[in-house]
Amino acid sequence: MRDGPVECRRRETSQLITLDHVSKVFHSGGKDIRAVDDVSFEVNDGELAVLIGPSGSGKTTTMRMINRLEDISEGTIAIDGRDITSMNLVELRRNVGYVIQQGGLFPHFTVADNVSVVPRLLGWPKRKRRERAEELLELVGLDPDLFADRYPRQLSGGQQQRVGVARALAAEPDIILMDEPFGAVDPITRNQLQRWLRRIQAEVHKTIVFVTHDINEAFLLGDRIVLMNQGAVEQNGEPAELLREPASDFVREFIGDEFALQALEYTFIAELAKPKEERLPKDAFVLPGTMTIPEASRELMDAGEADGDGFWVSGKDGERPGYVTYREFATTLGEGIVSDAEEDDEDLNSMMDGGDDREEARDAVHS
Amino acid sequence: MFGAQSDPLDFIDYIRDNPDTFWGYFYEHVELVGYAVLIAILIAVPLAILISRVAFLEKPMTWIANIGQAIPSLAVLALAIPWLGIGFKPSLFALTILAVLPIFLNTFVGITSADPAVVDAAKGMGSSDVQLLRMVQMPLAMPFMFAGIQTAVVQSIGLATLAAYIGGGGFGNWILQGLAVLNFPILLAGAVPVAVMAMTAELVLGGVRRMVVPKGLTV
Amino acid sequence: MQYILDNPDRVWQLTLDHMILVGLAILIASAVGIPLGILISRVSWLALPVLNISGILYTVPSLAFFAILIPYTGLGKTTATTALAVYSLLAIVRNTAAGMDEVPRPTIDAARGMGMTGLQRLRFVELPLALPFILAGIRISTVAAIGIAVIAAVVGAGGLGRLVFDGMRTLDSNVIIAGAFMSILLALLADFGLSRLALLLRPDMRASVERG
Repeated sequence: MRDGPVECRRRETSQLITLDHVSKVFHSGGKDIRAVDDVSFEVNDGELAVLIGPSGSGKTTTMRMINRLEDISEGTIAIDGRDITSMNLVELRRNVGYVIQQGGLFPHFTVADNVSVVPRLLGWPKRKRRERAEELLELVGLDPDLFADRYPRQLSGGQQQRVGVARALAAEPDIILMDEPFGAVDPITRNQLQRWLRRIQAEVHKTIVFVTHDINEAFLLGDRIVLMNQGAVEQNGEPAELLREPASDFVREFIGDEFALQALEYTFIAELAKPKEERLPKDAFVLPGTMTIPEASRELMDAGEADGDGFWVSGKDGERPGYVTYREFATTLGEGIVSDAEEDDEDLNSMMDGGDDREEARDAVHS
Repeated sequence: MFGAQSDPLDFIDYIRDNPDTFWGYFYEHVELVGYAVLIAILIAVPLAILISRVAFLEKPMTWIANIGQAIPSLAVLALAIPWLGIGFKPSLFALTILAVLPIFLNTFVGITSADPAVVDAAKGMGSSDVQLLRMVQMPLAMPFMFAGIQTAVVQSIGLATLAAYIGGGGFGNWILQGLAVLNFPILLAGAVPVAVMAMTAELVLGGVRRMVVPKGLTV
Repeated sequence: MQYILDNPDRVWQLTLDHMILVGLAILIASAVGIPLGILISRVSWLALPVLNISGILYTVPSLAFFAILIPYTGLGKTTATTALAVYSLLAIVRNTAAGMDEVPRPTIDAARGMGMTGLQRLRFVELPLALPFILAGIRISTVAAIGIAVIAAVVGAGGLGRLVFDGMRTLDSNVIIAGAFMSILLALLADFGLSRLALLLRPDMRASVERG
C-alpha cells in the first residue's frame, strides 16, 4: 500500500476506511446466520473509531473483515478508495496493525523481536529493525535497556499489551485494528492503558478501529462511536451525539445501563461547569447544578435535541451559571471520575448547593 | 533372494499341519503372560498405593520411570539364566518383574494425579485416609491403572516371545527355528500369532478400560 | 563391568553400531512423522486413522515385527532399522500433533493478522512453539528404540544385543551386564541430551519469571 516516509502522505480521500453495505453470513446447519448485517460506515483519517455493542453484535467480526481475517460475504470495504479484495492479502495485512486481547505475543521471541516481526517480514535490515524496536519501546513507555531482550512471560499483563501495540506500530501502518486490547487486564491497569493510548494517539494520529464492549472505554477513547447490535449499526457518530440524540431506545438503554455510574452518583454537574464569558441565552437549556451526573445524562437523553456544543448549569438561584461542553461531559462519563478541575477555578465551589464546603468556598473566593 | 523361494503365506498351512504344536505354544504363551501380569498386579498396585502416601517420593518416581524405560528387557531375561537357569520359572520371574514397572508407574500416576482440589475437598469433609483412597483416588486412578495393565499385557506377550530363548516356550520357538534355518513359513507361523495376540489384547483391554472409567470422566 | 574394560574396542564398536542403527531409524521416523503430525493437526479427520494405524503397528512385539519383515527385507540392519523407524513413528506423530494443537489460537491469529504466509507461520510461530513437544516425542522414541535395538541382534543387525546374546550363550552374566549397562547409558545420555536440546532451541523457556 504505502512504504514512503511518514511525513509525505497524500490521501485520495479523507475517509480512510469505508464499509459499504457489508455483511457476513455464516451457513450453519441449513440456516443462514447474519453475523454482520448490512453495515456501512466510514472512518476518517486519524480518527479513533470505536465499535461497541453487546456480545454477538458482530463488532469483532466487522473489524476482522477489514484485514480480511474474515471473508466478506456481501458488500465492499475500501481503504483509501481501494477495494481491499483487490489488494494482495499479505500486503494488506502487513500494512494494517493488529492488536488482540491476549496480546498474541510470540513467547519464543524477545520483546524486541516481537516488536519487529513485521519489519522482519518486510525484509528490513537487522540494524534498522533494532532501532525501530527501541524507538517504539520508548514510545510505549518501556525502557529498551530493560525490556528489549526480555521474554513476554517476564512482563506483566499491562506491559505485554503495550508491547502488542508497539508491535502493531512497527511497520508504520496507516491503520490499526484493536480487538478489546485492554480486556484481559485488571481495571487499574486498564485505565492506565486507556489514558496512555489517548496520549499516544495524540502523538501519532493513526487511524484506529477499536472494538470494545465497555461503554466507558468507548466514551473515553472514541472520536467516533459505532454502536452495533445483532449485526447491524444502531448509531454512528461522535460520543456526544449518542448522548444528545440517541437514535433508538436500544442506544438509550445501552448507554444508560452500561455506564458504571456508581462513582458519579454523588458528583454534581456543578463540579464540571466552567464559567463562560457570555450572557445566558434566553431559551438556553439549563440544568440545575445540584443534579448528579447520572441524573443529568438521563435528562439529556430524554430531552432529545439540544443545540450547541454543551449545556448550561445553574447555581442556587440561577446566578453565575457555568457551562459544560458535551465533549467534556462525555469524557467524564467515560473516565468514570471527574478529571482534575482547573486549579484556579475557585468559582466552581460557589455553585454547589449545601454541604459544608460552601462556607469555605465562599471564603476562598472572597479572600 | 528371499521372497521368491516360498510364498510366506505358507505359514498358514504350516500351522494347519501342526495344530498340536500350535495350541501347545499358545497355552504356554498365555500361561506365561497371564501369571506374570497377575502377580505383577498384586505387587505393583499395593506398592503404588503405599508409595503414593509418601509425598517426597514423587520426583524420584519420574527418575525410575526414565531408567525403567532405558533398561533393555532382553537383558533382564538374559540375566535370568545365570541366576535362575532356564525354563518356565525363570521366564516367569523375568516377565513379572518387567510387568511390574508399567503397572506400578501408571497406577502411581493415576493416584497422584487426582485433582488436588478434589482431594482437598474430600479431606476437608473428614474422610480418613482409607476412605480417601477408596472413594476418590482409586476410582480416579482406575483408567490409569488399566492403561498400565494393558501396557503390561502387550509388553509381556512380546517378552514371552523372547522367553523362548531361555526355555520359556511359546511361539518364540517357531520364530527361533525359522531364523535358524531361514524357513519363512515356520518363522511367520511363530511371528504372526504373536502379532495377532498382541493386537487383540490391546483392543480388548482398551475396551475394558473404557468401560471401567467412572462416569463423568473421559480418558 | 570388567568386560567393558577388558574389551574396549569391541564394546565401542558395538555401541557405535547401536547408535547408528537407532540414529538412522529416528531420523527416518522424524522425517516421516513430523510432517505427518503437522498434517493431522491441520486436517482433523485424518488424526484418528493415522494414530490408530501407528498405534496398532506399535503393538506388534518387536521380535515378531522383525520376523515378519525378514522375508521382505532380509536379515541385517535394514530390517532392524525399518522396524525401529515404524515403532518410533507413533510417539513422534502423536507428540508433533499435540504440540501443533497446543499453539494458542490468539498467537496464530496475531500471526495471520500481521500478514504472515502459511509457511512463515509454520516456520516462525507454530514449529518453534511445538518444538518442546516434538522433541519430547523424539526423546521418548529414542530411549525406547535403544532398548528395542538390543533385540535386533537376533536378526543379525549387530549392536549391543550381541553382547547380551553372547552372554546368554556362554552363560557369562558379565557380558550380559556389559551390554545392558552400555544400553542404559546410551539411553540416559540420549534422554539428557535431547531435553537439553529443547532448552537450547527455546531459550525463552529457561528465562526466569521476574516481573519487570
